[in-house]
Amino acid sequence: MNADPIAAETVGAPLSRAPLGSVPGTWTQALLMSRYQFRDYLRSRRFVLMIAIVAIIAALLSTAVLYFRPAALIDSSLAFFGTFWVGGAEVLIIFAGIIFGGDAIAGEFQNKTGYFLMGLPIKRWSVYAGKYLAAFAASVVTIGLYFVYIVLFGAYFLGSGVFTLALFESLALALLYLAALLGTTFLFSSLFKTSLYGVLVVAVLFLFGFSIVIALVEDLAHIEPWFIVTYANQVIAYPFGSIPAHVGRNFAGMKTYAPTYLEGILIMLGYFLGTAFAGLGLFEREEFT
Amino acid sequence: MTPSLEARELTKQFGSFVALDRLTLKVDGAKCVGFLGPNGAGKTTTLKMFTDLIFPTHGEAFVNGISVQRDRKSALSSCGALIESPEIYGSLSPREALELVGALRGMARAEIRSRTDEVLAAVKMTDWADQKVGRFSKGMKQRVNIASTLLSDPSVLLLDEPSTGLDPRGMAEVRSIIRDLKGQGRLIFFSSHILSEVVDVCDEVALINHGKLLFYDTLQNVTARFTQGATSIDAEFLGPVRDDVAAGRIATLPGVAGWSRLDDRRLSLMIQGGPPARAKVLEQLSALGLGLVGFHESRSALEEIYLREISTGDS
Repeated sequence: MNADPIAAETVGAPLSRAPLGSVPGTWTQALLMSRYQFRDYLRSRRFVLMIAIVAIIAALLSTAVLYFRPAALIDSSLAFFGTFWVGGAEVLIIFAGIIFGGDAIAGEFQNKTGYFLMGLPIKRWSVYAGKYLAAFAASVVTIGLYFVYIVLFGAYFLGSGVFTLALFESLALALLYLAALLGTTFLFSSLFKTSLYGVLVVAVLFLFGFSIVIALVEDLAHIEPWFIVTYANQVIAYPFGSIPAHVGRNFAGMKTYAPTYLEGILIMLGYFLGTAFAGLGLFEREEFT
Repeated sequence: MTPSLEARELTKQFGSFVALDRLTLKVDGAKCVGFLGPNGAGKTTTLKMFTDLIFPTHGEAFVNGISVQRDRKSALSSCGALIESPEIYGSLSPREALELVGALRGMARAEIRSRTDEVLAAVKMTDWADQKVGRFSKGMKQRVNIASTLLSDPSVLLLDEPSTGLDPRGMAEVRSIIRDLKGQGRLIFFSSHILSEVVDVCDEVALINHGKLLFYDTLQNVTARFTQGATSIDAEFLGPVRDDVAAGRIATLPGVAGWSRLDDRRLSLMIQGGPPARAKVLEQLSALGLGLVGFHESRSALEEIYLREISTGDS
């Protein structure tokens, strides 16, 4: 006899037994996580915000270039992309990192979505990697949109010869910078259980914090700031031929530094690996209290 | 395989505060166990260690004989858990959220589809299956959470106050679902503040306070032990029953070991003996012509035991 009259009326037939599936491997679960997280990103307001940022940058750039028509830039493919693609990509990568990665891990604690996932037979590694891949993919979509815009805009001035190896080389370097930046973002997101702190720290560091540190290190300590990722991101412009001297002097006679091509790549790679593993280590030890 | 849960010396300290103190408990077989205790007793802490959401300071938790701390993936593969009313990604629909759960659990696509329909129907969410979870009320989200724990048909279910956020109808539905599941060879371990809910669906109860297990036994044994073998019955009458009638005519009936007043028309009777003794008392009470309109086992028995044990622990 059902002791609960309300339930007896409303609940249908008992659930049937279903065979359990066998739990997929760690990587498969990471990819599954990334697929659903990516879907979540694409439907989110943050994605619309990123598209809006791309659109604003594109609109401002188009207006300015079409109005002033700077001959030195629009007559040379290297100069055009070295200026407009690199400048825009560097800014967009920072915004994408903050918007897609800032609360990626902290949000799991703060919004309690982690409780939904972590009760499942899944390693924390898979959740972390899945979320990282999704944030990377969502960032690539928005930066890809800017890339498409800049290529079409370049083709308007330069014709079909815009598809140079340099352009794709620079794109690859930009994606490496994105990987490093997202790794750092995820590290800070793992460090804090409150999304806002993670977002703020990353925004402050990448928008001006690192620049201040670079200036201080170069001007006061007179050493190369090889340990700062925004120092390394200068190499994104290198494929377009504008490679500065590794050690130079500015107008005041003070030493200035620029990373070598290989050094820039290694710094970004180091940041990516170091921050990704450190962030994962933190997430593995973090408790859902 | 018999479903089982085991805590061995499970201890959790947050700084100097001991949230759980060497909890050793083994539960096995298809049954429903109510996990009781006041706020801060250590119920959720225990369930979180069974799902690896937090890590023990000492000891280990096992699900179906597999250590959660050593191999969480294998241990949780046969376990469905609902801890602390989780949030689901707001842009996903219940169907998509369950697809994710099913895929992570390794269920085949066709199986996910059919089970999703089945479990959403069980929690009355079919009509909202394709709406965004972000727009749902707390109760609706909790229904989806319950559906997600049932999706892969786990042999062990860990439920942390599953009725949280549900209206009375929803709570009744959850009780009914738990009763159905219990009959299908599962072990259900759930914490609750609602004692009537525990009495309704549980076969056994475990009570903890200040991180220590006070007792774990069948509901029947617990009630019998604390009421010296008597059953507490609420008897309700058409009109007021005077004290002299209660003491002179009702308390003297064979089998009645004591009485107390609940209100003007209701008395609580302690009846010695099992169901036959209760049947006899019912028969005699009716024959007294006092207008007996209700005669049922008192749901407050567990409440009395609970309060007594908790206050003993506190002092």
